[in-house]
Amino acid sequence: MRYLPLTDVERGDMLAKVGAAHIDELFADVPHELRLKAPLDLPRRKTELDVERALARLSNRNLPAAAVSFFVGCGAYKHHIPATVDHLIQRSEFLTAYTPYQPEISQGTLQTLFEFQTQVAALTAMDVANASMYDGSTGTAEAVLMAHRITKRRKAILSGGLHPQYGDVVRTLSHMASDDVVSMPADIRADEDIIAEIDDATSCVVVQTPDVFGNLRDLTKIAEAAHAKGALLIAVFTEVISLGLIKPPGEMGADIVVGEGQSIGNALSFGGPYVGLFATRSKYVRQMPGRLCGETVDADGKRGFVLTLSTREQHIRRDKATSNICTNSGLCCLAFTIHMTLLGQTGLRRLARANHANAVALAEMLQGIPGVELLNKAYFNEFTLRVKGNAAAVIEKMAARDVLGGVPFSRLAPHSGYDDLIIVANTEVNTDEDRIAFVSALKGTL
Amino acid sequence: MLNSQGRPTRAGAASEKAHETFTGNHALQLEEALIFETGRLEVTGVDIDEPLPFTSALGGLERTSEIGLPGLSEPETMRHYVRLSQKNYAIDSGIYPLGSCTMKHNPRLNERLARLPGFADVHPLQPQSTAQGALAVIADLAHWLMTLTNMPAVAMSPKAGAHGELCGMMAIKAAIAAKGEGATRNVVLVPESAHGTNPATAALIGFQVRAIPAREDGTVDPVQVQAALGPEVAAIMLTNPNTCGLFEKDIVEIARVVHDAGAYFYCDGANFTAIVGKVRPGDLGIDAMHINLHKTFSTPHGGGGPGAGPVVLSDRLAPFAPVPFVLREGSWLRLVEHAEGEESFGRMTAFHGQMGMFVRALAYMLSHGSDGLKQASEDAVLNANYIRASLADLMSLPFGNRPCMHEALFDDVWLKDTGITTLDFAKAMIDEGYHPMTMYFPLVVHGAMLIEPTESESKASLDLFIATLRDLALSARNGETERFTNAPHFAPRRRLDETRAARQPILKWTPPQPVAQAAE
Repeated sequence: MRYLPLTDVERGDMLAKVGAAHIDELFADVPHELRLKAPLDLPRRKTELDVERALARLSNRNLPAAAVSFFVGCGAYKHHIPATVDHLIQRSEFLTAYTPYQPEISQGTLQTLFEFQTQVAALTAMDVANASMYDGSTGTAEAVLMAHRITKRRKAILSGGLHPQYGDVVRTLSHMASDDVVSMPADIRADEDIIAEIDDATSCVVVQTPDVFGNLRDLTKIAEAAHAKGALLIAVFTEVISLGLIKPPGEMGADIVVGEGQSIGNALSFGGPYVGLFATRSKYVRQMPGRLCGETVDADGKRGFVLTLSTREQHIRRDKATSNICTNSGLCCLAFTIHMTLLGQTGLRRLARANHANAVALAEMLQGIPGVELLNKAYFNEFTLRVKGNAAAVIEKMAARDVLGGVPFSRLAPHSGYDDLIIVANTEVNTDEDRIAFVSALKGTL
Repeated sequence: MLNSQGRPTRAGAASEKAHETFTGNHALQLEEALIFETGRLEVTGVDIDEPLPFTSALGGLERTSEIGLPGLSEPETMRHYVRLSQKNYAIDSGIYPLGSCTMKHNPRLNERLARLPGFADVHPLQPQSTAQGALAVIADLAHWLMTLTNMPAVAMSPKAGAHGELCGMMAIKAAIAAKGEGATRNVVLVPESAHGTNPATAALIGFQVRAIPAREDGTVDPVQVQAALGPEVAAIMLTNPNTCGLFEKDIVEIARVVHDAGAYFYCDGANFTAIVGKVRPGDLGIDAMHINLHKTFSTPHGGGGPGAGPVVLSDRLAPFAPVPFVLREGSWLRLVEHAEGEESFGRMTAFHGQMGMFVRALAYMLSHGSDGLKQASEDAVLNANYIRASLADLMSLPFGNRPCMHEALFDDVWLKDTGITTLDFAKAMIDEGYHPMTMYFPLVVHGAMLIEPTESESKASLDLFIATLRDLALSARNGETERFTNAPHFAPRRRLDETRAARQPILKWTPPQPVAQAAE
């Protein structure tokens, strides 16, 4: 077997050194009657060529985004990733290192984490960011728990603009922890009165912008209202590119900001692995979940980086920890940091404008099509269309014309009563030809 | 003794002769600034065309403030991150014997396959008719995991080991609630040797943690479990093989007493790598176990993730599994994303789990086959025992010189009165060109040194590692404390001041403040 270096002769010599006549003597503690006597009913080893063929066959049954006109978003976005990013994250020293528990020989990972934290804090306009969560949805659930620890209250209010699956993740964890959750109904036009829901028992309000329908929301008044009642504002985003162009949550009074970072540096990969971004105010840093990288000096006085404030974490605090998270999204952070370094603020702004311009261009082309209504007043790169008929059926028919036209909202929230909504994402990868194909395919279904 | 770069590794002559270079260069170890110190705000390494003028639809919510993030051109970016990478140790550069972490070889075939457009460029919410191959990967991997463990169900969406623990414990909590015992069963038994994630997970969803001590031989005693059980106990969380590197020999009896008391058996599967193809956890009586694909099935650690933590479940827990899951309907695979009216406890994450890791793990399993996976486990156990047997005369073993599983656990009794700690010993290993073993874990063993070589090491590699540790051990016993207490000398950094980092946290770069003008 190509991954196993030992020869049978060496195995024999080593068994002799160990003082065992047979390998099974080393498994003596395994109950004898339960040890496997025969091989399991699974295939035997394959050559590299055969494995490649087997997996290629499966991959060929999927339709890649690049092969069609592609407008699917809702929490994961198709962006161009520079070749440099994928080359660098495959460097052995990054790819095959563990969590940086020995900082003297992990400065590469640690310095990139420090750069990552600095970038996330700047993008969100917050004081501090951690070294990542699994993804935006699990980060949101952790943010709610963090708010409960800070406020010593246990009721969260979820906006009707929050991605429904993010809401599901929060509700699942909160239900298990016996905490209260108030879920506002789906709010397609961003006109809910969430402020009216905030009371003295409220720990936090969770509001997404751009929201799941693509609407931009001004969080300032919600933050003021929450703070007046002693509650926190948790601001959520699923499209991090938006922060190149729109007002960041830190400037609108958010106390905790969580988001999905996939759009910068990370492929779609059918939903994972992604990278959760998590930022807060300095005063709350000791209530944060997840790893933090900090600056210090070594014995020679040289600047260096270490994992720090670990008394919050499970390996020290066990059942008193702020979270159970251990392995997070290290390599996805690295991809994010490299792509963000390539962009810089100049590139990010330009990229964000290109995304927004493409969304505006498609919106203009959709004007005046009978049976198609654009619902958004303000949006970044994603908007919601109301169509005549069943949105899921429309999407299937468009797919037959090589256009993946978006996400039917009913897929995320089947019982919301909104079966006629399509959420459409536009990024820099979309061309004029793609938009023409979109309009033509949509018209063809109506 | 020379390390692999031919540098003398004893403190003394060589380091005294060295002088500081102008650039900070030391054997091609170049000092590397932060991007915020070298980048410029107007520079970008990505060419993007500025869109033609258009009327924006941002509704007055434009960002007007500076972001404050400089950029680097492509060559600068390449050089910056290549130089940083060279400050890292990695499994590709040498043995990475971190006990409990299973740092085995990461085949590059798996990287290539995960990057096929049919996997990497597929959106989680595109129509299921266009993603049948992705669902097939999930179904195939699930089949392998269920067969290797002899468990009837598996939840695939957890994102990492601790997330898998949470999934399993949520299923247990849901099952208890369904029996009407939610209010009364609120205690979880956790051995003192457990990973910190176990008690943290239990506490996260409102369980109280009750510690179970270990026996003198490092395993859990069913009599003590029995004594700790009662109508208030919901579950036990037990790692097997355990964190001392030992198979819990009474696990079947432990499962029996736990079940007789109406509680559930959660098994931490972090160490599954030792027993794949040798014994199936389902035959031992467990109810749930997470499997770290990034340990046992070789998906790369990436400097701290991403991982993947699918959880196998018993018949008693399967109805409570989270969404989504894949159903086979003839040749059609259907992804079930909502389970209203069912007993499913809900959703752990947006989308469907770590697809990129699933492809890699499946490729690893197909490469090994059932025969190769069994051989890998045997080699991992053999390698650990070879290290144990080769060091037992110099370093002390807390539970005697008896066979271990995939990792060998030493304590610091042998360092008594030397003035050298486990930490010092670990740092001296760095000077020899090795990543240290896991230190001070498990907590139940004083000054623990947990060595896990994995099956990826050749005999020659082990022999050099053993010879190095023997040389260090003799040096420690001979009172050469300088070699340890000041180590490392030959690393990109000397020992770092962690106390200072925690007392005055600097968690991001801030621009240097201009020097204040003296008051007039």
